[in-house]
Amino acid sequence: MSEPLIVAEQLIKRFGEFTAVDGIDVQVEKGEAFGFLGPNGAGKSSTMRMIACVSPITAGRLRVFGLDPATQGADIRRRIGVVPQLDTLDVELSVQENLWLYGRFFDLPRPEAKRRSAELLEFAQLTDRATSVVESLSGGMKRRLSIARSLINEPELLLLDEPTTGLDPQARHVLWDRLYRLKQQGVTLVLTTHYMDEAEQLCDRLVVMDQGKIVAEGSPRSLIGQYATREVLELRFAADGNAAAAPQLEGIGERQELLPDRVLIYADDGEHALTETHHRGLQPESALVRRASLEDVFLLLTGRTLVD
Amino acid sequence: MLLRIVPPALVVRRPHRMIERHVVAYRRQWLIVVSGFFEPLFYLLSMRAGLSDLVGKVSIAGRQVSYEAFVAPALMASSAMNGAIFDSTGNVLHRMKYARIYDAALATPMTPVDVAVGEIGWALIRGQLYACSFLGVMAALGLVESWWGLLALPACALVGLTFASIGFAGTTFMRGWADMEIVTTLMMPLALFSATFFPISSYGSWSWLVQLSPLYHGVVLVRAANTGVWDASLLGHIAVLLGLALAAIVIAARRLDLLLRK
Repeated sequence: MSEPLIVAEQLIKRFGEFTAVDGIDVQVEKGEAFGFLGPNGAGKSSTMRMIACVSPITAGRLRVFGLDPATQGADIRRRIGVVPQLDTLDVELSVQENLWLYGRFFDLPRPEAKRRSAELLEFAQLTDRATSVVESLSGGMKRRLSIARSLINEPELLLLDEPTTGLDPQARHVLWDRLYRLKQQGVTLVLTTHYMDEAEQLCDRLVVMDQGKIVAEGSPRSLIGQYATREVLELRFAADGNAAAAPQLEGIGERQELLPDRVLIYADDGEHALTETHHRGLQPESALVRRASLEDVFLLLTGRTLVD
Repeated sequence: MLLRIVPPALVVRRPHRMIERHVVAYRRQWLIVVSGFFEPLFYLLSMRAGLSDLVGKVSIAGRQVSYEAFVAPALMASSAMNGAIFDSTGNVLHRMKYARIYDAALATPMTPVDVAVGEIGWALIRGQLYACSFLGVMAALGLVESWWGLLALPACALVGLTFASIGFAGTTFMRGWADMEIVTTLMMPLALFSATFFPISSYGSWSWLVQLSPLYHGVVLVRAANTGVWDASLLGHIAVLLGLALAAIVIAARRLDLLLRK
């Protein structure tokens, strides 16, 4: 068993009085797709910035490729690719210049940088936009260009902070497909997201973060199996009826969660729970039985929803 | 205090990558670069057309020269200052806070000191372009006294280095575009009262104030180069400019580290 690519032990990041990352332990193995799932402000981006060696750690221990970010930051950065939360593309340059000039920051010889940028344009499906200015690209294209740029140094580890936030569903699927290909090529992926479908699609293993701490860890399936039931019954009652109905639903399913707009009942058999609801004379405006997701895991662990 | 200012790694490895980026970016915007030639040129022509006859001869180091020959080296130093400040303040603020170009660079093996030195280097190159063309115009107008005049170029490079470094360091403290007004407000008195348009002797008991202006030291150097009259005191002026530049570079790299590597 080779040494993990990333090792964090009791990792802490403080900004003045505020503790963004509060003593987390994480190990990421080579070739894995690893996710940090959590709401905004959970400490995901701070963790990513520390791993990317652009933010010094406050306390604890962090090793990337077995190297110390505090003293060997440039050596680590040489081997990783970073896709930041907000695109930092160079709008004064064309699409292809964004790629090959970025390669020059990694000391690639100019012909090699240009050869790789042509390949990456192909990979990002942007070849026909090679000479366009960045501003004329759509959101999804910019995101693909950001990913292409992060690959110019052929990184062993790719860090993606909220890779598909703000993209339409089609653009997200194109992007997931590209990331899946990278994973098949053996690139280790570490990403943050607050979309559970993204985490379920891409991650072999993930940690759920809340208020700077890790509250759960495992594969998407095992987390759902461990913390949620197989199915969820979602009930919506007429205005203000949710809170009133909740006590009468007591005892149906394994547990229930009252949200402002609906009541969730966790049960292995959702249809059965719905029948029971009707038996008790309750008339919800709508009822939906679905499979449990990571969203439910987060709700059950923290009592809050993932996307506000 | 000093230890807190000096970054842990002041090793400069690849500042030229930043310059390469600017060369490519400005290939499409060469007009912006060219336009910077004209302001000092128009100044010089207006001096020649009007003021020179009105003022008559001025004495530099015991020699009588025409007023335009007195003013031209000072304008040349001013244009080196303007070029360097222009690039190291507004453009740097844009790249740092809005275009986020430095964030992208710092995700690579580039370091804050690479970025700072690269940016200062680029501002310096741009300042030198203006200085060269200015010297060409001076020569064409017969205002360059001897071949020693070529030394005005390294003198202007030093002026550019000092002001680019100070400009960059100052920009790292700016909160937004409103703070650019401070730069404009400071540049005006510097350009006017650095023994540019009158000899330092005319300031009388206020001449110590003039000596606080970095541009004054630059003006003395460029003027000495143009007249070819040298003495040891010039070393003092060189030392002032170099010292300011080094201090500003260290502050700039340290500030960039604090701002972007939070």
